[in-house]
Amino acid sequence: MQAPDRSPGVQAAEKAPVVQAAEKAPAVQAAVVTPGRDLRLDLFRGIALWLIFLDHIPSNLVAWGTIRNYGFSDATEIFVFVSGYTAAFVYGKEMRERGPFIAGAHILRRVWQIYVAHVFLFAIYLAEISYVATSFENPLYAEEMNILDFLKQPDVTIVEALLLKFKPANMDILPLYIVLLLLFPPILWLLQFRAWLALGASVLLYVLTWHFGWNLPSYPEGVWFFNPFAWQLLFVFGAWCALGGAHRLGPVLQSRVTLGIAIAYLLFAFVIALTWYLPGMGPYVPHWLEELIYPIDKTNLDVLRFAHFLALAVVTVRFIPRDWPGLRSPLLWAPIVCGQHSLEIFCLGVFLSFAAHFAMIEVSGAIWMQFLLSGLGIVVMIGVAGLLTWYKRAERSSGSRPKRPPDADLAGGEA
Amino acid sequence: MKTPMTACEAVDARPISAFTRVFRRAMAGHDGMRLIPAFAAALYLFAGAAFATEPCDIPASLLSGGWDLKHVTEAVAKDKRLTIAVVGTGSSLLAGPDGPRSAYPARLEAVLRQKLPAVDVRVVSLARSRMTAEDLARGMDKVLTDEKPDLVIWQTGTLDAIRRIDPEEFRAALDEGVTTLHKGGADVILMNMQYSPRTDIMVPLGPYADNMRVVAQQHEIPLFDRLAVMRNWSDTGAFDLYAAGKDNVLAQRVHDCIARGIAFMIIDAAHLHPESKAAQ
Repeated sequence: MQAPDRSPGVQAAEKAPVVQAAEKAPAVQAAVVTPGRDLRLDLFRGIALWLIFLDHIPSNLVAWGTIRNYGFSDATEIFVFVSGYTAAFVYGKEMRERGPFIAGAHILRRVWQIYVAHVFLFAIYLAEISYVATSFENPLYAEEMNILDFLKQPDVTIVEALLLKFKPANMDILPLYIVLLLLFPPILWLLQFRAWLALGASVLLYVLTWHFGWNLPSYPEGVWFFNPFAWQLLFVFGAWCALGGAHRLGPVLQSRVTLGIAIAYLLFAFVIALTWYLPGMGPYVPHWLEELIYPIDKTNLDVLRFAHFLALAVVTVRFIPRDWPGLRSPLLWAPIVCGQHSLEIFCLGVFLSFAAHFAMIEVSGAIWMQFLLSGLGIVVMIGVAGLLTWYKRAERSSGSRPKRPPDADLAGGEA
Repeated sequence: MKTPMTACEAVDARPISAFTRVFRRAMAGHDGMRLIPAFAAALYLFAGAAFATEPCDIPASLLSGGWDLKHVTEAVAKDKRLTIAVVGTGSSLLAGPDGPRSAYPARLEAVLRQKLPAVDVRVVSLARSRMTAEDLARGMDKVLTDEKPDLVIWQTGTLDAIRRIDPEEFRAALDEGVTTLHKGGADVILMNMQYSPRTDIMVPLGPYADNMRVVAQQHEIPLFDRLAVMRNWSDTGAFDLYAAGKDNVLAQRVHDCIARGIAFMIIDAAHLHPESKAAQ
């Protein structure tokens, strides 16, 4: 996996006329051609990868520290947004330089890579649960063992898995990405010329999805856990921000009123989240408010979740500026390097969560073990990400590298 | 505290510990990245010292939902009678010759009779395996006419999660069932899934557990959070839920403790006065 060549000067020179023609706003141009990479994106995607890993280890006490327990949104929102942002950043540049067909072809190649990664993870999953099925017997859990029914007809199960209809628990994110990226080339094309129109279309699709209940079917029953028609909103919004939207929103983001609203909303979400874990607080939530907010629908990216993510983003952007020196500090190197290799590290995280579950079954599920496995997993993720960076650098410095197309890590990028 | 029967009251005496626990869990998660060994050791000692003593220990915060069981209060006060129907699936049953006697519905009857000797307590188990929430919701009318219960304990969610039923449909079924029971003049306690560490990587319980919490909240009924309660036993070392084996002992002990937890919840939410406590 290699990064595309980046030379801000050339980029700016080539890009400026297109953008200007499309937007007729020089300010936008400055935002689009931002030189270098916004390390904050890598930082937060890296942190999101860690949180997803911690949340995916079943029965993990450490997962209490992850953001999903303190508000409406969780690491998935961060991940989808950042991936939309980086995808637009990487492929948008390519689309301007080499045309929509080349860029579109590269996006589709990326889709294929993610699909292969998903099937690989599914194979590991099958191996683990086949083991659990043969080694586990406990009269307390007679009902839970119904989950193994699908092993009785592997022909159907495996074909449904290849069609992305059968998705084991915790393996819903990659199929979501596959669909989002598959639909991305025309959206990206539109974003370059009519950014507001593209964003409007995305909002319209979101609204229609809620209204008509659109979703993709799942096997054996039900629908996709992450509804791509709803979650595309966050992905397209991320892409829109990357292509000048963030700049347009500048004055709004800087306003004190926005900050105040964001902080108030985060506090509100925190208090509501507390009632989930302390049932005694339940009666203090007024009935009309419950009627209004529940259910907070993760499948269809509830508006409350989206707003919670926006509030988090407003506060974050306010307190961590782009040129914050901390981003270069050795302490934050670890999450940043993980965020820069997101497809590999995401897959590794899913694998590690299976491995951790296996270790908890075979060795011990005690609390010290949960901490040990959580810590160990993150260390392995950092180690592998560091190794990938080193390998990429070594490959680049060998000098024989042919010019390759950009490679956006998990719908987004190493760019 | 000398007899196992008082295990639940023992917890009630220190409700603060539950809050401290949640707080510590949260803190541990935050700092876990850097201070894993130290925190793991501290937390392990803390957990071991404070919570591994009583097998049926349940933090009071998990059992007190704040909602009342009005029909139960009334039935006990007026008629000195209490009829409870358990509507549920496979995890409300135990296999084997002494299964029916040791599953939690039968144990609940025994515990309540002991705690409320002046009340004629009857617990009917209507659990059948392989039923979704929708299947069970449809049968609620029949439950009302057949048993005329003052309280229905509705255990559900496991098969729905395994089959990946649309969570929206699941919620609609819960809503329908609870509405039917309320119209028929019965109180309701919802009970969610078992904590099953060996299989929980395969079954996405989250959305179903969330929906049960929401429905309980909206209808102002208690939720017996079996998931959190059993999780708590696993974390504190009260039960080794990772264990495998054909042996029925663990299952029977867990069911007995679940029965004690529900008994505590009913007595608390209906403001009853257990007499066995006074006798001691």
